[in-house]
Parts: sequence; C-alpha cells; structure tokens
Amino acid sequence: MKVLVPVKSVAQIDGEPLLDGAAEVSPDLLEWRLNEWDEFALEAALRLVEGDGGEVVVVTVGQEEAEEGLLACLAKGADRAVRIWDPALAGADPLAVAGLLARLATEEQPDLILGGVQSSDSGNAATAVALAGLLDLPRVAVVAGIELDGDQLTVERELDGGAIEVLRLRTPALLTVQTGINEPRYATLRAIKQAKAKPLATLGPAELGTDAAAALALAGSRTVALAMPERGEGATMIDGPPSAIAGRIAEIVTAEVGS
Amino acid sequence: MTARGVLVFGIVDDGQLRPATAELIGAGKALADDGAGPLTVALLGAVTDAHGEAVDRAGVEEILLVSSPEPSFEAHVAEAALAALIESRRPSVVLAGHTVDSLGFAPALAARAGLGFATDVSGIGWGEDGASARRGAYAERLTAELDFPGRETVLLLLREGAFEPATAAGSAPVSRLDLDLAGAARTELVERRTPPAGDVDITTADFLLSIGRGVEDEEQVAKLEEIAAKIGATLSVSRPLVDAGWVPSDRQVGQSGRTVAPKVYLALGISGAVQHLAGISAAKTIIAVNSDPDAPIFAAAHYGAVADLFEVATELQQQLG
Ligand SMILES: Cc1cc2nc3c(=O)[nH]c(=O)nc-3n(C[C@H](O)[C@H](O)[C@H](O)COP(=O)(O)OP(=O)(O)OC[C@H]3O[C@@H](n4cnc5c(N)ncnc54)[C@H](O)[C@@H]3O)c2cc1C
Ligand SMILES: Nc1ncnc2c1ncn2[C@@H]1O[C@H](COP(=O)(O)O)[C@@H](O)[C@H]1O
Repeated sequence: MKVLVPVKSVAQIDGEPLLDGAAEVSPDLLEWRLNEWDEFALEAALRLVEGDGGEVVVVTVGQEEAEEGLLACLAKGADRAVRIWDPALAGADPLAVAGLLARLATEEQPDLILGGVQSSDSGNAATAVALAGLLDLPRVAVVAGIELDGDQLTVERELDGGAIEVLRLRTPALLTVQTGINEPRYATLRAIKQAKAKPLATLGPAELGTDAAAALALAGSRTVALAMPERGEGATMIDGPPSAIAGRIAEIVTAEVGS
Repeated sequence: MTARGVLVFGIVDDGQLRPATAELIGAGKALADDGAGPLTVALLGAVTDAHGEAVDRAGVEEILLVSSPEPSFEAHVAEAALAALIESRRPSVVLAGHTVDSLGFAPALAARAGLGFATDVSGIGWGEDGASARRGAYAERLTAELDFPGRETVLLLLREGAFEPATAAGSAPVSRLDLDLAGAARTELVERRTPPAGDVDITTADFLLSIGRGVEDEEQVAKLEEIAAKIGATLSVSRPLVDAGWVPSDRQVGQSGRTVAPKVYLALGISGAVQHLAGISAAKTIIAVNSDPDAPIFAAAHYGAVADLFEVATELQQQLG
C-alpha cells in the first residue's frame, strides 16, 4: 500500500512587513515550519503503513526552505520525499499547486492520499480536495478517524459542534486530516541524522511534463495586493504592569458578572 | 466583463437550511446591485416549498429547488449538482458558505471546471473587471485582495458572519429543477453521532476563563483551572488543548466545539483563529490577554492586554480570589 502525503511549509511573518501595494511579503521576514495539519496527516499515513506494510511518500510544492519540512517527515518515518519547484511558482494558488501535485500523483499511483484540512498560514482548505477533483478520486474532507480494511475505508467526518458522520468509501481515495486524530510522533535524534540519507528528489515542472506558465494558468485567483487588515474598532487596550491589567479586568468582571 | 448573474448555492441537510444562507443572499444582492446580473438561489437536498419560502428575500429573481437522492449532504452529489447548475446557467459569480460541507466538494469542482475560486472570503466586489474578493493571509496578519482574470465563472466560499443577512421579504418564483444525480454519491453514510454531553456545561456559564495553546504545557492547565475556580469562572479552552488530550472536548469553544454566550469571556493565550471566534460571537464582553500585539483576537475583543498570561492570571487570583 502506498500513501502519498502532500505537505506544505507554512510561513510566519517575523517583523513588520512593508506593503505599499505589494502582492508579496519580503522573504527575509518569513519563518518556515511544517503545517500543523500535515503533521497529523503524516502520522495517520505512517500508522496505516506500519499496520499493512507499504510506503509513505511526502511531496511539497515549495522553495528550498521547504526541504527542512520534508526532512522532518523523513525523520519521522516517511520513506521518500519529493519537492516540486520553479522560482516562477512563488505565489501559486491552491488550484495551481493541485495541478502540479496531480501530475506527480498520476506517476506515483498511490492507494491513498492524506492531506491536511488546511494550511495554517493561508487557511485555504482547498489544495488537497482540488487534487482529488483533478484525479477524479472520491474524497472526504475534515476527517477525525480512519480505518482501512482491504480497499474499504471507514472514516469519521467532523461536522460542526463536534458531531461526527461515519462514512464508507473505497480506495483509491483522498482524505483531509483534522488535528487531534492522533498524537504525532517525535523523531529521535538518530532518525533525524539518518533522514538525510533517505531519497529526496527535486523536480521542476518540466520533469512532470509541464512548465511553470502552464501550471500557473490553472490558478483560480490572483493576489493583486496585500494590506494590513482593517481592525474595525478593535479592542480598548489595557496598559501597565500585570497587576494593573488584572485590576482593570477585575473591575470589568465585577461590573459585568457581579462579585 | 459581461454580467450573467449571481447564483447562491444553499444546502438543505437533514431537512435544515443553514442559517447563514441569508448572508449568502445578502452578499449576492450586493453584487447584483453593483451590476453582476440577476440573483438566483438554488437549494440542494430534501427540499420542500418551505425551504423555498425561507430564501425568498427582496432582490432574489428566481428560486430553484434541486432534490438530492440522498437525505443528507453528500459531497460528490453536491459537486455534481453545482457543476450542472453552472454548466446550464453560466453565472458570473457563485456564492456558497465556507463550511465543512463545502470543503468536501467546492475545491474539487473549481479545479475540474476551471473556475475562478477563493475560500474563506470576507469581502467581495463587482466592477469592470468582474468579481474581486478579500480574504486573510499569513494567519490573518494581512489581508489579500484577489481578482480572477479570464474566468467566466467565479466560485467564492464566504466566511460565515462576515456579510449582512438579507432580511426583507421577496416575491421570487420558485421552481423545481430535475438534475440527474442518481449514482453521483461516492460515499455511504453509516451513521451520525452527536457529541456526548460532558460534566460541565460551558454554554450557560456567565464568566468563562478560556485558555489556549499559549499555556504550553499540561501542568499549567490544572493551575489555571484552580485559578478559574477561585475567581468564580468556568474553564474553557481552544481546540489544541483538546487535541492534545489535556482537557475533555466538552470544554472546547468554537466551530467544532461549543458556542458560548457568557457575560465575560476572558481569553488567555488564544490567537483568535476564525474557527475559535465562531464560538464567541454571542459573548457580551470579550477580554483578550496575549503576548503578541498582532494576535487577531485583539480585533474581535472589546478589551485587550499585551502581557504574559501567567502573570495576569496570578494577579487576578489575588485580586478577585
Ligand atoms: C474545521 C476546523 C474546525 C476548528 N474548530 C475549532 C474550534 O472549535 N475551536 C478552536 O479553538 N479551534 C478550532 N480550530 C482550530 C483553529 O484553526 C486554530 O488552530 C486554533 O483555534 C488555535 O488555538 P490557539 O489560539 O489556542 O493556538 P495558537 O493559534 O497557537 O495561539 C496561541 C496564542 O498564545 C499566545 N501566547 C503564547 N504564549 C503566551 C503567554 N505566555 N502569554 C500570553 N499569550 C501567549 C501566542 O501569541 C498565540 O497568539 C478548527 C480548525 C478547523 C480547520
Ligand atoms: N504547496 C503545497 N505542497 C504540497 N501540499 C500542499 C501545498 N499547499 C497545500 N497542500 C496540501 O493541502 C492541504 C490544505 O492546504 P491549503 O489548501 O493551503 O489550506 C495542506 O494541508 C497540504 O496537505
């Protein structure tokens, strides 16, 4: 059994971005880490393969910084990693990324694809399910439990308010994994060292039978500009040392709730 | 850009129409008023005339009821139904909710049909170049303005609570539309389970002391629960503390947890993700303490303090305990 796990390195802004109508944040201000949801998807994949045997392949569409995230996945037990990149892909939207992932998935022919529900930086909650659409795979989004028996999947889909829907479907399929579905493992120091010896391929669009322009033409949207959010009225800020802050909070609580 | 109209796609699940459908209609009417063309509402599910009446709001030109072969929502059926609607009507803009249901079909349809597409949209517009949209970027620290060059139809999933609901009654004709959806389902429903009731009911508490990932380790949870008890508050949490197994799920506030309505909601070390905020819109006074001055929770809170949560909690215990 082969499980493909698309993972994203998410960006966090560290510092004050100078925007001025720009559609990008200066790369110097960005810090990268593996998307939280993808940690749970990887763990789910590792557990399925540990049970039944097989292979876990992680793939990312991302710049060089994303290799660190792939190495972390390899250290935790993924067998192989693939990084797809071309500098022209910076700013690719979920549909464009899904198009590239679909090309790789068509080569890899996995039995199951486990993505994350969403990425914590852009919160699109779109890329993995778009991939399912392109591959014409049955899919379930926001999955809180997975059982596999032969080619039959029984999954728990999370609804609002903590309700659960139990669904059956057949592999090959794609699921988007929700946080809390398992407890992601930590890699041992030894595994972190050994990860560097595992296969990590870097592919350009050409190696997937396309080019960056064609890949980007699949994009569903274009970012015209980034801006600081309008904060509305925002909160009345309480300044001062912790004792003064607590004092003001105590006053508000006493006034609102009574003592 | 030719204006071929706006289609609102609403889902009836187990007989229920999502309340936020009125927000989709409100947003659709605003686009129609800006020149995007006539507003149509299509409802999918076990639809009745009453559902049709419920979406008959001023500005709606036409209401279409589409019966689903499945009694409850099924993602592949929804995808097939919306694909067929778009194919036959070619609207300029399609609006649906950014809900867990939409997440299962909308991106797949957008990719397959080559639609313009954006999710979790909190602002929309219509102009000479067609539709535009606004959404968060970099974990809500920034907003992104999007456009959709070259796309005949743009599918937008709207954030719940971000648009004014349409309220005025309308007089649109209602018709049933037969779509061939038999065999479209690709998942089989085994059962639905509601969450078990817990020992504590955070939904009726007047004062919630709510803690998030900022507490960092499990030992701190017990300490903060003690502080909550001393100051007369009930402890609630954000999702990561439930995911980690530190706190039972009946304490979780948010979209996949409980919706609360306390007089005071004191959020300590919670960043203010949209799914968390979804649970506290009915709170009377929200106070946020966070060490990050840019945390999005400060946009939703009435009072805020940039501070260490432990220092503030300890002081609170002395002053209110
Ligand atoms: C479909 C779906 C449903 C979801 N449902 C829910 C839900 O019901 N409820 C929910 O909460 N989330 C839900 N989420 C998850 C949500 O997206 C966020 O991941 C989550 O709310 C983040 O929790 P947090 O704010 O505690 O953690 P973080 O985002 O990690 O924030 C921690 C905060 O603590 C601050 N901090 C750190 N140390 C300190 C300190 N010493 N003093 C003060 N502040 C400090 C940091 O600055 C940061 O702002 C859902 C997600 C999805 C996709
Ligand atoms: N650049 C990417 N490379 C690989 N997988 C991705 C990428 N972006 C998103 N994904 C996958 O799609 C999921 C949802 O991300 P998003 O649509 O950005 O919210 C992630 O959890 C990943 O599984």
